[in-house]
Amino acid sequence: MEIVGQLQKQFVDFSTSLNHEGFLDEQYLQLQKLQDESNPDFVCEVVSLFFDDSEKLLNNLATALQQQVVDFKQVDAHVHQFKGSSSSIGAQRVKNMCVAFRNFCEEKNLDGCLRCLQQLKHEYFLVKNKLETLFRLERQIVEAGGTVPVIG
Amino acid sequence: MAVEDIGSGCSSSGDQEFHVLAVDDSIIDRKVIERLLKISCCKVTAVDSGSRALQYLGIDGERSSLEFDELKVNLIITDYSMPGMTGYELLKKIKGSTKLRQIPVVIMSSENILARIDRCLEEGAEDFLMKPVQLSDVERLRDFMLRGGEEERELGRKRKTPDDSCDCRPLRKRPTPLATACSSTFRALEEPVIVHES
Repeated sequence: MEIVGQLQKQFVDFSTSLNHEGFLDEQYLQLQKLQDESNPDFVCEVVSLFFDDSEKLLNNLATALQQQVVDFKQVDAHVHQFKGSSSSIGAQRVKNMCVAFRNFCEEKNLDGCLRCLQQLKHEYFLVKNKLETLFRLERQIVEAGGTVPVIG
Repeated sequence: MAVEDIGSGCSSSGDQEFHVLAVDDSIIDRKVIERLLKISCCKVTAVDSGSRALQYLGIDGERSSLEFDELKVNLIITDYSMPGMTGYELLKKIKGSTKLRQIPVVIMSSENILARIDRCLEEGAEDFLMKPVQLSDVERLRDFMLRGGEEERELGRKRKTPDDSCDCRPLRKRPTPLATACSSTFRALEEPVIVHES
């Protein structure tokens, strides 16, 4: 079936580019290994949890950095959590941003932190968009009667 | 009841099930570790804090010893950095309890801090895993636990680096999985190391 073939190719190309551009690393492939017929939505479920958690964290970070007296330990705690969750799903660029962010927290550098927050938001919404596209492609393949190619 | 589990060849018998208590404040990590353990044929109970873990284990005396035996936790795997009670503090409480100290405890952490690893192993942790935890880590752990450690000790002796930082003297009275401690420290050494923990 032509459509399925095209969609599958799109999927493979897109997945490969996400890896090459550093959006998703090896850990994302590890998650896919944990998905099977008994747990067909595992990756999507984990990523959804990540989206919810991340958006809460971004709000918490914005609030924490707006305080009269900024509690950098608290800010760092949020970033640490974000670093952990992004690492767990393989969102490499988000994770790397968190590492940089933590350095500014340690230095108690408010400007640095504020800039990092903006960049972190940017990276997060980028990878969110990419993942949603990936899931959409998967759905389209399945709806067209095909199977989703296994990457790696 | 026979259960077919694709890709892992789990056997079905309920009373042979290896029961793991997983402790992590991150909902994402809880979901992943739960899946990793289930796919490795373990029965899993996941809780979100050290205090909930202690409640579950009945350390606050709420549970009768009969219930505790039915509960039968074979392994506790806990995140290190958690609000309230850290994984290290949980470890100390477990090893300080006559009822629970026999249960092996594994610590997980995203931060490769030698002092932290040493402290946990000194306190009686069975192993220290770097996050993100992978299927191979869990499988190795399960195999080690089920086999009682002999082969892992051999493997660990072969993997030791000449200047490895783990102090391989017996840390605990019962047979010690020194190889596991050494091998996970070895793995940790492959990554950038932070020596001082603030």
